[in-house]
Order: sequence, then C-alpha cells, then structure tokens
Amino acid sequence: MYSLHAITHSIQDWLSARLSPVWVLMIESIIVIVLAIGLFAVLGLILVWLERKVAAHMQIRLGPNRVGPAGIFQTSADTLKLILKEGLTPDGADKFLFNFAPFVVMIVAMLALAPIAFANGFQIWDINIGVLYVSAISSLSVIGILIAGWASNNKYSLLGAMRSGAQIVSYELSAGLSILTIVVLTGSLQISDIVHAQQNGWWLFKGHIPVVIAFIIFIIAATAETNRAPFDLAEAESELTAGFHTEYSGMKFALFFLAEYINIFIVCAIGATLFLGGWMPFHIGDWAQFNHVMDYIPSSIWFFGKTFFLIFLIMWFRWTFPRLRVDQLLTLEWKYLLPISLFNLLLVTVIAIMNWHF
Amino acid sequence: MFIKEYISEIAKATKSLWTGMRLTGHYFVRPKTVITQQYPDNRDTLKMADRFRGEVIMPHDADNLHACTGCTACELACPNATIKVITKFELTPENKKKKALDTFVYHLDMCTLCGLCVDACPTGAIQMGQNFEHSVYDRSTLTKKLNKPGSKIREGVE
Ligand code: SF4
Ligand code: SF4
Repeated sequence: MYSLHAITHSIQDWLSARLSPVWVLMIESIIVIVLAIGLFAVLGLILVWLERKVAAHMQIRLGPNRVGPAGIFQTSADTLKLILKEGLTPDGADKFLFNFAPFVVMIVAMLALAPIAFANGFQIWDINIGVLYVSAISSLSVIGILIAGWASNNKYSLLGAMRSGAQIVSYELSAGLSILTIVVLTGSLQISDIVHAQQNGWWLFKGHIPVVIAFIIFIIAATAETNRAPFDLAEAESELTAGFHTEYSGMKFALFFLAEYINIFIVCAIGATLFLGGWMPFHIGDWAQFNHVMDYIPSSIWFFGKTFFLIFLIMWFRWTFPRLRVDQLLTLEWKYLLPISLFNLLLVTVIAIMNWHF
Repeated sequence: MFIKEYISEIAKATKSLWTGMRLTGHYFVRPKTVITQQYPDNRDTLKMADRFRGEVIMPHDADNLHACTGCTACELACPNATIKVITKFELTPENKKKKALDTFVYHLDMCTLCGLCVDACPTGAIQMGQNFEHSVYDRSTLTKKLNKPGSKIREGVE
C-alpha cells in the first residue's frame, strides 16, 4: 500500500541533517500549523457551501448559485463580508471573557485534530491514548460555549450556553461508551492500531449487530455534541435568537461558526476511523485479489470519502428532523441511549472475549 | 410489558425518522423536483398560477368596450377605500338619463389584493390581474384609472 511515511521521513531526515533538534521541532511545528490552518480554512469554506447546497436540495430549492459556478465562491464572499464587519463588544459584557471565548472554542477544535490519521502515515501526533485524548478534548469545547454565554450578559446567550452544557455533558456519556466498544474490540486506544485492526474488514461489518448499534448511537451523540439540529437547542434561532453567540458579530462570530464545522469534521473523522476503517481501503477478509484492487485508491481519498459520507448523513438529519424539546433531549439520552449503550458494551465485551468477531 | 413497550417505542421512532429521511433523500437525489423560479432570468417564460392576484384590472374588448355599469358595488365592498367610482349621466337614444361610468379610480398603493371587489361586481367588469412588478419611484403613479380613454359600456350589460 502506498504510504506517505516516505515523504514525512525524508523531510524529517533532511531537516535534522542540517539543523539542531530544537529548530527541527520548530520548523516541523510551523509546517503542521500551516497545514492545519489551511485545512481549517478550506474545510470551513467547503462545508458551509455543502451544507447550504444539501439543505437547498432537500427543501426543493437551488441554494447559492450566483457567485461562481454553482455558487462555490459564495462562502468566500461571506467570509470577506464577515472580516470587514465590526467586531462589537456589548457594554455590559465581561470584556476579557467575551473576547476570549471564540478562541477557546477554536483552539479546542484545533487540538482535537492532532491524533487524526488523514492518510496512511500522515498523522500529526500518534499518541497511545488517541481516542481518549479526542473525547477529552472535545468535551472542553463546552467551556468555551459557557464562557461565551456567561460573558455576553444576555439572557438568551446564558440560556443557550446552559442548554449546551446539559446537552454535551449528557451525550458525552453515550459517545464515550460507543467509542469504548471499538476500543474493547481492538484492545488499543491508539488511532493507528485501530485503523490497522480493520485491515481485514471494517468494524462496522466485522462486529455484528452490536457494533452497528454502537455506530448509530455514536452518530446520534456526535450530532448532539456538535450542537446541530435536531439537537440545536443551544442556538435555537426561533427561541433564543442565536443562543450563546447572540452578541457576537464579525470575525468573532465567524470563529464560532468555523469551529462548529470543524467539530463536525472531527467527530465524523473519528466516526469514520473507528467504525469505517479510517484511511483503510475497503477490504473483505482474505480476498487478496479484491483487497489489492482496492489498495490502488489512495488512502486519503478513502478517509475523506468516509468522513464526508458521515458529514452528509449528519446534514441529512439536520434538514429532516424537527428540534427536540429540552426534556425530550434528556429523555432520549438518559432513558434510551445510555442504557442501550451500556448493554451493548457488555455484548461487545462478550464478543471480544469469545473472539466471535471476524 | 415494560420491555416490549420500550422496544416497540424505539422501533416506531426509527420508522418515523426513516420516513422523514426518505422524503428529504428523495428530493435530494432528484434535482428535477426543485421548484425555485430563477426570476428575473426567466422573466420571459415565467408563468404565474391562475389564482395569483397581482392587481385589479378592468378588461376591455377589441372595440374598447368594458362591462362596468358604474353601480359602485365594488367601491362599497372594498375594505380599504381603494376604489373610487366616479359616475356621470348619459342620455339614451330615447332621451332618458342613464347612470354610466366616468372614471374608475384605483389606488394600487392601498390595495391588499383581497379580491372582494371582484366578487362584489354584478357584471364581472373587473378581475385580478397577474402583473406583480409594481415598484415605482413615485408613489402617485400608483393611482390608476382603469377604464381606458374613450371606452364605453358594452351593449346589453345592465
Ligand atoms: S382587492 Fe380588495 S383592497 Fe383591492 S380594491 Fe379590491 S376590495 Fe379593495
Ligand atoms: S366594476 Fe362592477 S361593481 Fe364596480 S362599479 Fe363597475 S359594475 Fe359596479
């Protein structure tokens, strides 16, 4: 299989032959930062455009179609508009926290990017607790949202932030438990191990029905954790104006908006890695011939294909389902998802111990 | 039983969610179902629905004849005083005086397009037109005279 190891290693060797280790680290960090920010910008532009197009076609509309072919430059124009706008800070707001919150949300989104494997041998940081790291980091984003809601000194913002807190804290549980099912099956928290364990088939197919259930629960919890409809109570434009970012404008608002889409990308990337094999091509058991043909498709295409498939699924949810009430939201989590995922985890553990999976 | 109810509830919820997703998915994969009208690009081919109400018009036939008797029923029916029917007296061939329409004043800027005047007219002299491009720079141009100059009432309309 083609691997990007060669490229990354040659850069590493080339640098360390010429510079001291400190400088090598610095330069590599700069490369990573530039790549990450580039990815963020491109992802933001593409995902917003995609969302608007998907939404439009599901509602029998056309969506943006004036700026560039099929409206592809609409989001760039919108970004330009947001940059030119004034970043207002309300008089009654806690100035420091108010301006700090968008960065917290954004930095958390950036941090969660670290252990994701984008292609074979293309990963920023392959730590041995990768999955744990991602779930720990992604629950930090609620702090940014709470800060934003509190510092705005606006009842809508505060209500939105509180709802978001209740929601993320609850859904973290079932997301964590469904991630655990895969960890139990693989026996490792490291992303690269999880991907390699799916060499002979993705967990979604290898793990029988319990893994399918875990996958469905994960998708539901991921939708809730990213505050998207039908779980968008934190923003709920019809009840709370815009929830926790009511008072934000200009680029500060854009950071929240961008962070939302980056978070979607990250949870979908995690879902794709855990259940659909990450960058691993579609392999069936030991059909060497078939697997070999599949290997010709580059691993990054597999990764992005799967991730965008999950993103599409989440967009499909958003434009189909009505918003839940806050009590329904908590009922769904505590009475349905949590007991089911606990029971499911037990089943998966039995499967893993008895070696019943393929 | 509790467990049975629990599971059937989940099954029902899944089914209804899937029904919704099937519908939106159906629209998503069929771009032909899009109903967006790309106005003003398609201005020449744009076709409004029959029931669309854009303004009140008074149709005239080829001989410049209309069907308005000047009875003012429309003026009375209008909730906004949008219509002002100015009448005159004409002499019939038998030298009798007869009420006739002089000017039909229509204030488009006050009209809510409710269509009550059309319903009230006993002779069907006015209708709802389909034109909707009414924006102008001067509000006074929205006060219109609906009967054309030199027009007369059609023979036989009472
Ligand atoms: S449509 Fe309604 S508001 Fe307009 S002129 Fe007729 S009765 Fe009056
Ligand atoms: S338009 Fe109809 S209702 Fe109005 S004055 Fe003429 S005949 Fe009477």
